[in-house]
Amino acid sequence: MSAAAPTPSTPETGDLLYSDVEEDLRASVRALVEKQAPWDVVLARTDTEEPVDTDLWKRLTQEIGVAGLAVPEERGGAGASWREVAVVAEELGRAVAPVPFLGTVVATALLLGTGEDELLAAVAAGERTAAVAVGATRGPGRPVPVTVERQGGGDLLQGTVTAVIDAVTADVLLVPVSGTEIAVVEAGVDGGGDGVTRTTAESLDMTRRLTDVTFDGAPARIVAGADVEHALRIGAAVLASEQLGLAERCLADTVAYLRERHQFGRALASYQALKHRLADLWVAITQARATARYAARCAADGSPDLPVAAAVAAAHGSEVALLAAEDSLQLHGGIGFTWEHPAHLFLKRARAEALLLGSADHHRAVLAELVDLPA
Amino acid sequence: MTSTDTPPDLGAEDLAARVEAFLAEHDPSTTEPSEFLRERFAAGLAWVHYPAGLGGLGAANGLQTAVDAAFAEAGAPENRPRLNVIGLGMAAPTILRFGTESQHRRWLPSLWTGEDIWCQLFSEPGAGSDLAGLATSAVRDGDEWVVNGQKVWTSMAHHARWGILVARTDPSAPKHRGLSYFVVDMQAPGVEVRGLRQITGEAEFNEVFLTDVRIPDDQRLGEVGQGWAVAQYTLMNERVAIGGGTLPRESGAVGPLAARWREHPEAHTPGLHDRMLRLWVQTEAARLTAERLGQQQAAGQPGPEGSGVKITYARLNQECSSLELELRGEDGLRYPDYTERRPEVEDYGRRDAAWRYLRFRANSIEGGTSEILRNVVAERVLGLPAEARADKDVPWKDLPR
Repeated sequence: MSAAAPTPSTPETGDLLYSDVEEDLRASVRALVEKQAPWDVVLARTDTEEPVDTDLWKRLTQEIGVAGLAVPEERGGAGASWREVAVVAEELGRAVAPVPFLGTVVATALLLGTGEDELLAAVAAGERTAAVAVGATRGPGRPVPVTVERQGGGDLLQGTVTAVIDAVTADVLLVPVSGTEIAVVEAGVDGGGDGVTRTTAESLDMTRRLTDVTFDGAPARIVAGADVEHALRIGAAVLASEQLGLAERCLADTVAYLRERHQFGRALASYQALKHRLADLWVAITQARATARYAARCAADGSPDLPVAAAVAAAHGSEVALLAAEDSLQLHGGIGFTWEHPAHLFLKRARAEALLLGSADHHRAVLAELVDLPA
Repeated sequence: MTSTDTPPDLGAEDLAARVEAFLAEHDPSTTEPSEFLRERFAAGLAWVHYPAGLGGLGAANGLQTAVDAAFAEAGAPENRPRLNVIGLGMAAPTILRFGTESQHRRWLPSLWTGEDIWCQLFSEPGAGSDLAGLATSAVRDGDEWVVNGQKVWTSMAHHARWGILVARTDPSAPKHRGLSYFVVDMQAPGVEVRGLRQITGEAEFNEVFLTDVRIPDDQRLGEVGQGWAVAQYTLMNERVAIGGGTLPRESGAVGPLAARWREHPEAHTPGLHDRMLRLWVQTEAARLTAERLGQQQAAGQPGPEGSGVKITYARLNQECSSLELELRGEDGLRYPDYTERRPEVEDYGRRDAAWRYLRFRANSIEGGTSEILRNVVAERVLGLPAEARADKDVPWKDLPR
């Protein structure tokens, strides 16, 4: 080993375990989601015109307070942290719950950096739902292209943002209009506010639909000092926990199925080829848990290592969730390819998640700069 | 302060105070090293989670790191931890768990101080993954056992004073039930240690031939026939020793790879860059997983992640060193020296990349193959059915070999 090249220093790892409070929170969310949105209910909803479970969202926000966890008490939240947010994400990922949690996370991270406290408190309380109008695949570490302009430099917006997540039921949109400014746009509740047209797209992930948003003279309030990149980074860190929950669910479902399914007079789970695949998946998931926890703890503590932590968690989490969902479908065999089986809900979510907030390749390219491994 | 008072709930601060008091009484710069280590053992500051009187204070396991760090900072002598890795990591916990009081007092002090190096006589040419099928025999003769057989892959045997040995005491019992566990004096007549040359050219490990070696019965650990359970305990500690632990970022095989990447931009290509970054991410993920495992153990919730950590590090060592050779281009074709010799125990990171590439092939074989570890994860963690075992209830002597 050469002593000449500098190597990155090692930041403090911090606590990667789950606290009792976090486990209690997990139990509350899981109990509610399992009761209100078991997979067959989630699947049935995808064939309806109401892709978002607004009733579940109301209960999650108002009974458990999931939207206010990272918001300080004096600003209308619960005064917990991104660690608790990440635990909620695990549970919602495990259930592919069709609620606008991830979009709310990014919006909250964005609003926390501004003086928009009234709106922040309303979002934290679940009274309002905000979405950040940025294309879903945009990740931290690269400038977000501004596709919406202020007409004549004033407060009417013109332009289009495609593929926005969690905007289907949002009543307020946060639109980047420059590197440091966002426009707050009242979006109305049913499709459009003044000058806002939302089109919900048929989406690969049926449980998290994309919306194309067009602004045509939409009135807006311009807010300075917003750090969109930081908000996306928080989003990527939390998404890694959602991916973890999904991967854990896929593994658990597959293990249960292989134990039950018999072929050639044996349980499928007794075949070494399949056991080793599941063992490899379990190993990968233990790593996804460690990287997701580290990203959440860096987000919670404002660690300067958050950019690295989020990029590692996102790059790794995307691949693990995808592996879990694809292996799950494969190991379920024919039944896994049917519409009536939940495997495709997880596959579609995992495949889409691996593009959300930056692909694994995007995060690795960002890391290349952060840890001095240039192309 | 005496060596035997063990207050309940001994905390980090109490230990720090004891270390400080000890160092005040025993200046590392003026105390003879072996004397210092013996005194440290007597003070219970050797391995603080061991019982009082046996080098510890009955403290929590997680408190050891801070104690070691405090001694290291004070310039205290080391107890040959690399040379005695088998003794400290595997033999000691087994002796503590299964040994009698007199066995504790006989072996643990000189083991911890590094005066006596230990080795492990488990694997045989005919028994690797299937360790319980081993053939080395131990036949009772009065108060002694007469041992015959061949062991292999014995690291440190050429330095060792003592060896932990599993031998077959009842060939007519099914394989797991006919084993017993002994401590063998490596200087006893009939013990022959030969270097075993490996693919790197050197002889890091040994073959040990045991010919009519007489072991007194008071050097048996555990009951006659209980050898498998004792060995399992030893091996459980091996996986912890190899798999767990706290590591800095870019430690392990990715370190020299990343250093080479930074120093040689002329070797960069898009394909190699992608592989470099993937390995960096996977290494960081593995590092955090090991950290989390350590936190779980410190919190008293040991998880089964150790097997997974070992599988991962084996693969990463192999892939990183392989990529490093590719980055070296023509130099990747050269090899430093295939001359047979005994290697020093040293930091792998200082060795040539080609040497590491070859040495790391063993990482997925030694200490449990990656295939066996996948079985372990599948069966013990995920609860999947065990592999079919045709040999489980058949007398060992009747098994095909």
